[in-house]
Amino acid sequence: MSIMSHNGGSVIAMVGKDCVAIASDLRLGNEAMGISSNFQRIFPVSDRIYLGLPGLATDVATLREKFRFRVNMYTIKEEREIKPETFAHLVSSTLYEHRFGPYFIEPVMAGISKTPTGGVKPFIAATDLIGCLNFAKDFVVAGTASDKLYGVAEGLWEPDLEPEDLFETISQTLLNAVDRDAFSGWGALVHVITKDKVITRTLKGRMD
Amino acid sequence: MNSSSIYRPAGFDFSNEIRNNFLHEKGLPLPGATSTGTTIVGCLFKDGIVLGADTRATEGPIVADKNCEKIHYITESIRCCGAGTAADTEFTTALISSNMEMHALQTGRKPRVVTAMTMLKQMLHRYQGHIGAALVLGGVDITGPQLFTIHPHGSTDKLPYVTMGSGSLAAMAMFESSWKPNMEREEALTLVKAAIAAGIFNDLGSGSNVDACIITATGTEMLRNVEMPNQRVQKERDYKFRRGTTAWRKEDIRQLIVQEHTKPVGGDEMDTS
Repeated sequence: MSIMSHNGGSVIAMVGKDCVAIASDLRLGNEAMGISSNFQRIFPVSDRIYLGLPGLATDVATLREKFRFRVNMYTIKEEREIKPETFAHLVSSTLYEHRFGPYFIEPVMAGISKTPTGGVKPFIAATDLIGCLNFAKDFVVAGTASDKLYGVAEGLWEPDLEPEDLFETISQTLLNAVDRDAFSGWGALVHVITKDKVITRTLKGRMD
Repeated sequence: MNSSSIYRPAGFDFSNEIRNNFLHEKGLPLPGATSTGTTIVGCLFKDGIVLGADTRATEGPIVADKNCEKIHYITESIRCCGAGTAADTEFTTALISSNMEMHALQTGRKPRVVTAMTMLKQMLHRYQGHIGAALVLGGVDITGPQLFTIHPHGSTDKLPYVTMGSGSLAAMAMFESSWKPNMEREEALTLVKAAIAAGIFNDLGSGSNVDACIITATGTEMLRNVEMPNQRVQKERDYKFRRGTTAWRKEDIRQLIVQEHTKPVGGDEMDTS
């Protein structure tokens, strides 16, 4: 039994055409015992950046506040909104600061940034628990169902999905992966971030 | 450490140590980090250095990143390949790169490869091997082409051809059979590509593509993905779901573009006479 699977939970993020999606399950457990089926582990960082924190629940709460503080400080000092790439490095260095006494969290982030030409650039990234960044062009996964998520996402993901198609792909990937994981599940939440709106949907899933 | 203070001291934060050690004593194993079970090489040739690396990052038996970058920037004419704990190689090389830039500005000279090597070995030795970075450092400076390996405990070697990481044996086999002094640039690059390919195909910890970097006195050439022997073929069909497949309970749409409607109220015209 690892401390990473003490509370359970998984997060996945995917890239689409001018959009990104990030999704997680809603279970909070104490090892095999279910505690809550409405545990938020994805948090908005700015209008167009979302951060998922799968791992130990106490560290979810701690890091959520830590990142809120640090992003606020950045915004005030720089007098501009943080870019997704910058935020990824903020997350990375915050975790590496705790290299020899880590937080038990493997963050996943998704966002879109504006290009100078007026277009949008989708962005996803994940780090391990000591902040090693992984910029992927397709999808990133983390949490207790990560093995299963890798497998399903590798099969289902394809490039240039429109927001509604991306929603179906990420939802089916997550739902089917967490159904094979005892520590994840109990409902799911999906955010699809597009140029002009964020669509948040609570999914119907198995409750066992 | 007072986390609410905005003035934070530099260096590592050990505030979670007590908690984590307590959990460890309870019998919970501490989870592993991403490691670059890697093949990295360096090779001296007639007028410079060729560095090479594979592009696979692993987390235990899982491939975490299929195309990561393992050749890190130190200065314009010095690069460093990293194997071992991925976060450690990333942050160690970034720190030394920063210090080398400061050193260059301070002295007004182009810094030497030995300087970077000394900074790296002193730092790694100070941490007694706990920073798990195994490095291949190469570059060209005033004293000519230089090639080093640096082990996690801080020991260093200076050799004409070097390999490191889990694929080092496979790669070294290629060097031992084919390396010769005073090779031409193309010859050296071909050998480095063959050494990395040996790691990719014979070591499970290494995989995907070949990255290379050629450093000479005239300039540095970063060859990202010079060889891509493991390209994925086109999927035979797509697995798109029909829209409406996923059942959902609740939807919340947040508009990011603020819409403004002006509605005139009252009937009286403003007196403009």
